[in-house]
Amino acid sequence: MNHAYDVSHLLAGLMLVASFALLYQDRIFAVLNIFAAQAILLAMAVGWEAWTQQRPHLFITAALALCLKGIVIPVALHKMIVRLGVHRDVEQVVGVGKTLLLGLALTSLSLMLVLKITAAAESFTREGLALALAIILLGMLMMITRRNAVTQIVGFMSLENGLILAATGARGMPLVVEVSVAFSVLIALFVFAVFVFRIRERFDSVDVEALENVRGDTK
Amino acid sequence: MMTSVALVIGIPFVSATALVLVPGYRASAAGNVLAMFATFISGVSLLFVDAGASSYFIVDDMNILFIILNTLVGFTASVFSASYIGHEIETGKLTPLFVRFYHAMFLGMMGSMNLALTANNIGLLWVGLEIATLITVVMVGIYRTPSAIEAAWKYFILGSVGISLAFFGTILIYLAGQKALGEGASAMTWSLLQAAAPQLDASLLNLAFIFLLIGYGTKVGLAPLHAWLPDAHAEGPTPISAVLSGLLLNVALYALLRFKMIVSAHPEAIDPGPVMIVMGLISLIFAAFMLYQRRDIKRLFAYSSIEHMGLITFAFGMGGPLANFAGLLHMAMHSLTKSAIFFAVGHVAQAKDTQRIAGIRGLSVTHPGLAIGLAAGVFAISGLPPFGVFMSEFLILTTTFARAPWLAVLPAFGLLVAFGALLWRLQDLLFGEPTEPAHKVRASSVPLMIHLGLVLIAGIYLPPILVGWFERAAEMLK
Repeated sequence: MNHAYDVSHLLAGLMLVASFALLYQDRIFAVLNIFAAQAILLAMAVGWEAWTQQRPHLFITAALALCLKGIVIPVALHKMIVRLGVHRDVEQVVGVGKTLLLGLALTSLSLMLVLKITAAAESFTREGLALALAIILLGMLMMITRRNAVTQIVGFMSLENGLILAATGARGMPLVVEVSVAFSVLIALFVFAVFVFRIRERFDSVDVEALENVRGDTK
Repeated sequence: MMTSVALVIGIPFVSATALVLVPGYRASAAGNVLAMFATFISGVSLLFVDAGASSYFIVDDMNILFIILNTLVGFTASVFSASYIGHEIETGKLTPLFVRFYHAMFLGMMGSMNLALTANNIGLLWVGLEIATLITVVMVGIYRTPSAIEAAWKYFILGSVGISLAFFGTILIYLAGQKALGEGASAMTWSLLQAAAPQLDASLLNLAFIFLLIGYGTKVGLAPLHAWLPDAHAEGPTPISAVLSGLLLNVALYALLRFKMIVSAHPEAIDPGPVMIVMGLISLIFAAFMLYQRRDIKRLFAYSSIEHMGLITFAFGMGGPLANFAGLLHMAMHSLTKSAIFFAVGHVAQAKDTQRIAGIRGLSVTHPGLAIGLAAGVFAISGLPPFGVFMSEFLILTTTFARAPWLAVLPAFGLLVAFGALLWRLQDLLFGEPTEPAHKVRASSVPLMIHLGLVLIAGIYLPPILVGWFERAAEMLK
């Protein structure tokens, strides 16, 4: 049984490492590659849960994560960037060093918080939940510290990776929710894609900062 | 019960799919009105069936009023939308292709809000709010101007982060219930969670409530998580602003209240009251001051929505039968009044070709009908008697004064500040030298009159049957 925990913790830990790696990239394509790696790790983690918890329907979630987030979305974003001729550097609002320090602080916060609060609960979900919360917070951090629309999208999807990890770690959580999460990611991408194209149309750039100048309530 | 619930959710979704196929905008607007009317009728039919809960859906005293209110405002908004969109097509602001999707999305949004309101499964509740959020994001950006895209982007980023945090909170609630209710769907069923609340894990509940408060609080528009709200209201089509303010904020608050019930039923969990009081007061007072700086008429009323949502959250934070009663009443009154105001504002903006307050003067001379409607709406929302909003605000303040006199000063102050700002702006809009242009608009005044009529009647005489519901729902809230 311990064996099962070790593997799932290893995979969740690797996902967290990928979250950190996302924070210090300065090339957009590298961001996409690492995101794809994180999604593949998520698929493996979910698949492992499905195997050890004897919940075969979780394999659907794993397959969705693998195909959609591991392959289709990164490839589509890659193509879009090439076609739109967006500049390929990641523009940062906060420097890499500070971002990583903030990331460390958020990770230790979520570990201390979740481990303390779930002290009474059974141990099997505790560490998984703590790691998932750390991934969620790092995804938010990435959305805040990046200006470019594409990197914000990746930040959001990495946040969703953390959510799915948490949902599958919670034993016996009904399928309805898992499918809905997968679904919402799909819809979210659709919406995102539409916006990226619209932003492009108007500003010749996918840089969200261009939007900052457009404040409706001018004095 | 199940048939009515299925109809309330099913009619909008099925007609949304059908309307995508209808080419002409007149036909699809008529279809929209018809579908919303059918939804309203099936919403009312819930009154005549037995309340009850299945594993996925629930109808009880708490949500029945919200369902009927939702379907009613959805119906009147669809009537307003038909005349509003007609004008937008004539002036070329929207193309017929967009309008086709506009109507389908309008119905989809109403259906998903009904889904959230009737859900007994907390995952389903989340799904309903998520779909409604995603659809409104697209609708806010439908004009495709730079500012509309900025508003939609901001709404999308803040909305999805909010909704993700709410989902994490939902997972935590499931974990808290797992021990007492066992694995599987039962630990996500609201009615079972509520019944077993004292046996849930207290520390997990606490953490869950914080995530849910921040997550759904973003959707309610509580300060400091409100940044998306004014932009989204100002840049989208006005029927959407009416539905956002009147309904979506209410549905998000309703979701929060369902979780508050579970948390407050646990003796050792944190008391949600003080947190909600503080967040409510910050939103109320902050928004009241922000009203003075607004130059855009739709932003003005969007900030007024933040102010009222703050007041309502404050009321539920106070708790107790009277404050809860007043909070529920205020939710209904605000929903009707604010959507009526947006109906008037939509036509005003079309008549004057601008949303800038500086460009709208002398309405009382050029458009007396619209001016009267707008004035009545603003009088109602700023809490003047004899409108229903006065009654609910009065109740909130008196019950607060009876229990914590020093605390009542703050909401009273916020309301007075907002009152001044709204009347000052109203005077600017109605009087003075009329500005050009002043087009004639074919305004549909029926939706506005229905809403303000209901608010007026509620202010003078609240039927005992309605009082009964509010009391029972207030009782459930503790």
